[in-house]
Amino acid sequence: MTGRRSFFVLSAMVFGFAFLYLPILSMIVYSFNASRLVTVWDSAHSPTLAWYVELFHNDQVLDAARLSFRIAAVNATGAVILGTLAAFALERYTRFRGRTLFGLLTTAPMVLPEVITGLSLLLLFVALDQAVGWPSGRDATTITIAHMTFSLAYVVVVVQSRLATVDRSLEEAAMDLGARPWKVFFVITLPLIAPAIASGWVLAFILSWDDIVITSFVSGPGSTTLPQLVFSKVRLGVSPDINALATILVLIVSVGVAILGVYMMRRDRRRARDAQAAFAVIP
Amino acid sequence: MNSVAGTGLARAVGRLRGSGRSAIGRWFVIAVPYFWLALFFLVPFLIVLKIAFSNIQLSMPPVEPIVTWAGDKVFQLRLHFSNFTFVFGDDLYRAAFLNSLQVAGISTLFALLIGYPMAYGIARAPGTWRNILFLLVVLPFFTSFLLRVYAWMGLLGRNGPINGVLLKLGIVAEPLQLLQTDFAVYLGMVYSYLPFMVLPLYTAIEKLDLTLLEAAADLGCRPTKAFFKITLPLTKEGVFAGCLLVFIPAVGEYVIPALLGGPDTLMIGRVVWDEFFGNRDWPVASALAIVLLVILAGFVLLLQKVQAREKEAA
Repeated sequence: MTGRRSFFVLSAMVFGFAFLYLPILSMIVYSFNASRLVTVWDSAHSPTLAWYVELFHNDQVLDAARLSFRIAAVNATGAVILGTLAAFALERYTRFRGRTLFGLLTTAPMVLPEVITGLSLLLLFVALDQAVGWPSGRDATTITIAHMTFSLAYVVVVVQSRLATVDRSLEEAAMDLGARPWKVFFVITLPLIAPAIASGWVLAFILSWDDIVITSFVSGPGSTTLPQLVFSKVRLGVSPDINALATILVLIVSVGVAILGVYMMRRDRRRARDAQAAFAVIP
Repeated sequence: MNSVAGTGLARAVGRLRGSGRSAIGRWFVIAVPYFWLALFFLVPFLIVLKIAFSNIQLSMPPVEPIVTWAGDKVFQLRLHFSNFTFVFGDDLYRAAFLNSLQVAGISTLFALLIGYPMAYGIARAPGTWRNILFLLVVLPFFTSFLLRVYAWMGLLGRNGPINGVLLKLGIVAEPLQLLQTDFAVYLGMVYSYLPFMVLPLYTAIEKLDLTLLEAAADLGCRPTKAFFKITLPLTKEGVFAGCLLVFIPAVGEYVIPALLGGPDTLMIGRVVWDEFFGNRDWPVASALAIVLLVILAGFVLLLQKVQAREKEAA
């Protein structure tokens, strides 16, 4: 009986992971295809690195990638600062006026359809432009503001859950010893929640780097991000240099995740060893 | 005596100053993110609401102001409900809303059917494997959403590998039209949102107390029955969370129907986009956004109510 069940679970997993990974693998394989008709394999001239070479000579792609990187990095930094403040406010100050609204405002951007967020932010920028003359037109600044607004919500979730596990008595001890609240935060709390802040930063960076819908609403003619460039290209159909671009991006992320995986496994193994050592002492 | 009172006073002043400073700190910690979210999240909604009640006009911005100066200390507030009556009266919009809900609902169901056994398998896998499999679910989440949808364009195309295999096996005589169909949209939805389903399910299943299942087996309960009587009810929270995480963004999805769907694939996210960018009808786009928001908020509230009732019953 259990044999039959585990066979079912196993085949479901094989199917599920194949479903998740075959499209990505096919994209990688076709990025080495010489034929301009992406999905027709040209066995005479393949595999080739031609599309990679073309990619690195395409100024449009490189400019867009640079812009996206800059926006994503500024966004992640800003979102981490605002998000940590918001997480601190929600976790430590259980009572203040408008706390319910504040809680709603920090979670709503995560569930809201991007079309609505993008539309509303654009309408705000237009209204502000008319009322106070800022921001005049839409560019990297408006994109960054829009990205910060929705990615800070994710930072709040990550940092707040970590803050909830921090031992308050450490902070209280520091306070009793005469440390000022700011010093307590920077010397005690910040190092304890640093891993959450780091993952919040990475998450915010990726959300911004990948965003297409909100960006399309709030960007101007002079500011085309990488996803926008990719989107305008693939709307016309598949193209081989996009496959090459996708392969590079997948590779970067895979290396990052692999490093994380090795770290997680080492930590688990060390824990298991420590536990064993602890039990070995007991006769 | 005097010196004691002096130190007491100094301490009190010091404490006051300290608390004053921490009050300022507290104010700062709350006010900065609050101000940001109010300005860039709350106010924009009020503007959307305002524009939904105004009329289109040929200028920049292409909307009439709803509050006008009528002279003689009188402001005129003109609310046009015409956008809403237009949105509700038009068959196209109604079809778009219904179709979005249907696509999102069916995609959520399929994601659950594929995701649950996956999450179950990962949660029950031995230590090292569990970490690796978990990361394999997270990895697509970190790779570009746009590029993962794009990958299906290559796979489903007329000359793509799927049609190639079907032709070679002699299952079809000529290539199937797979791209730009509703089928492709469903496929793209399930594919893109599957990790959102697996992650909360995995957390719920991992927490499950295995001794309950052993007890059921000892008492002669068959595994299938034990699954429906024990495992599924105890992981219901994960099912709710996963379905919500897939359903809500799927309803308003724009990229997937735009890339994989045909010209007649009606989804509300796409309609809002086209009204805004194509027709430049900001009031109607705003009214559609408001209606979509109300529908989604309704779903979230309904689900919360169901969950609260379940908790009460338990």
